[in-house]
Amino acid sequence: MKTAVVIFPGSNCDQDVIHAVRTTLGTEVAEVWHRENDLPSGTDLVILPGGFSYGDYLRSGAMAARSPVMKSVARHGGKGGLILGICNGFQVLTEARLLPGVLLPNRTLSFICRPCFLRVENTATPFTNRFPKGQVVQFPIAHGDGLYSLPEDELKALEDRGGVVFRYASPEGIADDNGNPNGSLNNIAGIISPEGNILGLMPHPERASEALLGGEDGCLFWQSILSFLEKGGR
Amino acid sequence: MDFSRYGIRKEEFEAASSVLGREPNECELRILGVMWSEHCSYKSTKRLLRLFPNKGPKVVLGPGENAGIVDLGDGIGAAFKAESHNHPSAVAPYQGAATGVGGIIRDILALGARPVASMDGLFFGDPGHPRTAALSSGIVRGVGDYGNAVGVPTVGGKTVYDPAYNDNPLLNAFCLGFVKLDRIVSSQTARPGQAVILLGSKTGRDGIAGAAFASVELSDDSKESRPSIQIGDPFAEKMLIEACLELQEKELIVSMQDMGAAGITSSSSEIAAKSGVGMTLHFDRVPLREKDMEPWEIALSESQERMLLIAEHGKVDEIMSIAEKWELDCAVIGETFEGDGYSILFNGEEVASLPPSLICDGCPQIHWPSKLPVDLEKRRELELDDLPLPDDWNEALDALLTLPSLAPKQWIYDQYDSMVQVNTVKGPGHPVSVLRVKGRDSLVAMVFDADPWKCYLDPFRGGAETVARTARALAVAGAEPLGLTDCLNFPSPEVPEQYWVLEECVKGMAACCEAIGCPVVSGNVSLYNESPEGAILPTPVVGTVGIIPSFREYLPSGNWDEGDVLFMVGPCNTSLAGSRYLRSRNLPLSGRPLEFWGEAEKDFIQRALRTARSGAASSGRAIAGGGLAAALVKDSAESGKGAAVSLGIPTRKDVVLFGEGGARALYSVPMGKVPLFKVIWNGYPCIVLGRVGGSSLEVEDAFGFTVEELGKKWRIR
Repeated sequence: MKTAVVIFPGSNCDQDVIHAVRTTLGTEVAEVWHRENDLPSGTDLVILPGGFSYGDYLRSGAMAARSPVMKSVARHGGKGGLILGICNGFQVLTEARLLPGVLLPNRTLSFICRPCFLRVENTATPFTNRFPKGQVVQFPIAHGDGLYSLPEDELKALEDRGGVVFRYASPEGIADDNGNPNGSLNNIAGIISPEGNILGLMPHPERASEALLGGEDGCLFWQSILSFLEKGGR
Repeated sequence: MDFSRYGIRKEEFEAASSVLGREPNECELRILGVMWSEHCSYKSTKRLLRLFPNKGPKVVLGPGENAGIVDLGDGIGAAFKAESHNHPSAVAPYQGAATGVGGIIRDILALGARPVASMDGLFFGDPGHPRTAALSSGIVRGVGDYGNAVGVPTVGGKTVYDPAYNDNPLLNAFCLGFVKLDRIVSSQTARPGQAVILLGSKTGRDGIAGAAFASVELSDDSKESRPSIQIGDPFAEKMLIEACLELQEKELIVSMQDMGAAGITSSSSEIAAKSGVGMTLHFDRVPLREKDMEPWEIALSESQERMLLIAEHGKVDEIMSIAEKWELDCAVIGETFEGDGYSILFNGEEVASLPPSLICDGCPQIHWPSKLPVDLEKRRELELDDLPLPDDWNEALDALLTLPSLAPKQWIYDQYDSMVQVNTVKGPGHPVSVLRVKGRDSLVAMVFDADPWKCYLDPFRGGAETVARTARALAVAGAEPLGLTDCLNFPSPEVPEQYWVLEECVKGMAACCEAIGCPVVSGNVSLYNESPEGAILPTPVVGTVGIIPSFREYLPSGNWDEGDVLFMVGPCNTSLAGSRYLRSRNLPLSGRPLEFWGEAEKDFIQRALRTARSGAASSGRAIAGGGLAAALVKDSAESGKGAAVSLGIPTRKDVVLFGEGGARALYSVPMGKVPLFKVIWNGYPCIVLGRVGGSSLEVEDAFGFTVEELGKKWRIR
């Protein structure tokens, strides 16, 4: 399994996600600067990390979505290659129209950093196949613009096709407003593309991948990707 | 020559003229006015700061550099410093706080260290005061937005509310970085014949002479000081961090200095003075944000996110290409030469020529007169006989826990990314913040604390108590204190009674540092924190850093186990003087805090370290604000477990439960470890309080709450 982590100016979770992949899977990770035109050959998984690309100055993810490297990221996705966008990376994916919807400012109008409980809604994905369906996991969030929104008909279509992979929930797995930190429609925390190869999520699995840091729920996330690829997925 | 309009005193003007053999010109006077301000020169406090011990077996770098460094072992050091940004935060809370965070991060970066954690000291006015909400929310957003974007987690801090900060809120920012000890970058290593390079944002008119602004009292026309406020750009700072660390990694620079107060002038003249070289700067080569800037404006601009680099000429091209990669401006603006000269050229004309030694070390020191405050004895009057015990202990405890200074600060910490960089083992809201060091067993622990009320009532004891609190918290967690940094926030030293308080506080802090063997490795002084409405409380803030050999030897708080025995170690007969409890009963700030006892502090630290490292307890918490009662409540709520506690002590129950001060801790000890625990604490006051168990915390003949109720009162993650 070969992972490429794209680094935009202002990315700040790139080293965190590299650390998580290396420590949980021990597989190869390459850093790709945003000005590159090509991904390293043989890349299985592209990760767009969290952070504040271009300072979030225009709109979160808007400038990064137009970086040179994004053309080859889109090509990689078009060929069915795996793409994972975490936090700012999710915002970049929506700005690049590789995933539907937008991420609006949290309903508190403030940045929120705290551990969150998520219910795994769809386990038939390359990113979640090791989780039992309905399992509640704890990943932290850290974002100012995490309110996932899209028009009602598109939202329904997303739900109908099982596009919602993670939903904010209570520790008991109840996905109601109490468990919703940012006001996301339908408590949506993470979604996947119709083809099932591009995942975007606001919470940070890389921050929940070591017992020392208070949680290991993220390990299954990384192991799911490895299992998928080892079984011949691409 | 009207030197006073540049903030220069008569004797300073004379000193400068005598060194130069002529009168300084206007540009030079402006430079000296800023560089000789209190903020940059420490002219009122240098003498006092010498009282701090600054050497120790673990000290790699002491005061005088951009930050101090202590040895963490394995060739790694922790570089850390705290700095105040009080005046800017009072006038423009959001930008003032943001640039405070940015500035301290660059101080750490200047040593070649990667900034890995921040903490903040926030001192706000009365929550009911009309300005407090806007100031506090602006400052908190400023700290958060900057730290979050730049990717340095805010892992802890201290928040205090008191009417004394109504007009003068304080923002102290602490930052810590990790550095390879053989790769420390210094500001003392420039040599003649090297290039002087400016890296980072363009220079504009923002923040001109901000350091001078920070060295006078705030007045009603302080709003006109808005041009003295800097604007922060965390995105540029993130680029600057990565670029500087890449330059250091590739060994392309010989010296580096951040541009904080007094911008290009201070950074360049300090490198020149410390390295013992001369410097010529060509101001027409400085990338500017605005047209037609005067040379003195360029000299003193405090535009943010800039660093000064010194490099061999042969490395300049490679430096330029790294700057280009990180999309930063970069320009060679001068060169070093042999000698004690510092010359600024603008369009071929020399506009200033001063010896760096004069700029950096030439300011005459000031010995302000010192006088015992006349009302000090009156402040200390506290007659316990006139203070009835609470009728309703539950109500008394409620009042204590809702005191803004003691109540949980989740609304603040939620706005801070406390986890980025994936090192945070224990984040905000805990007595000690703990980071792991990737690839190593050891953990770094840190505390940022203050107790201005004790300092007001007895500056010596309060100063000592402030340092001691940080060391106790670390030791209980299993962290050996290695060194500390401090921000001395005080009002004008020109009032003899206020200078006396400053002096006594420093003496008390120094006494504690000596007693426990914890040196001061860096720090900052912020004076003139007063306005027409009044002066702040004397507020020394201390950030202490310690090391825990491994995770096994870390003792958490709020970790009671069913059946554990609860112990309190330390004296029962503490003091209500200046306590949170008195505040919660709306009583005036009064009383005399406990006498400082250095031997006991040292003894406590050794025993607490043994307790943590031998695994003799399942949970430990140094008793601090709110006394034993607050410690019991926090531990019970966080553990989600109750306890039955009885205080079989003849001392007044309010003093036992709510008294503050002294080296004390609350421990929860598994039954099987009780003999070991008792051996460790043999010869130190140590009493059994009760057992952990049940669904409520019951203190005999005092208060009782269910654990569920406590969870709501002390909501913490």
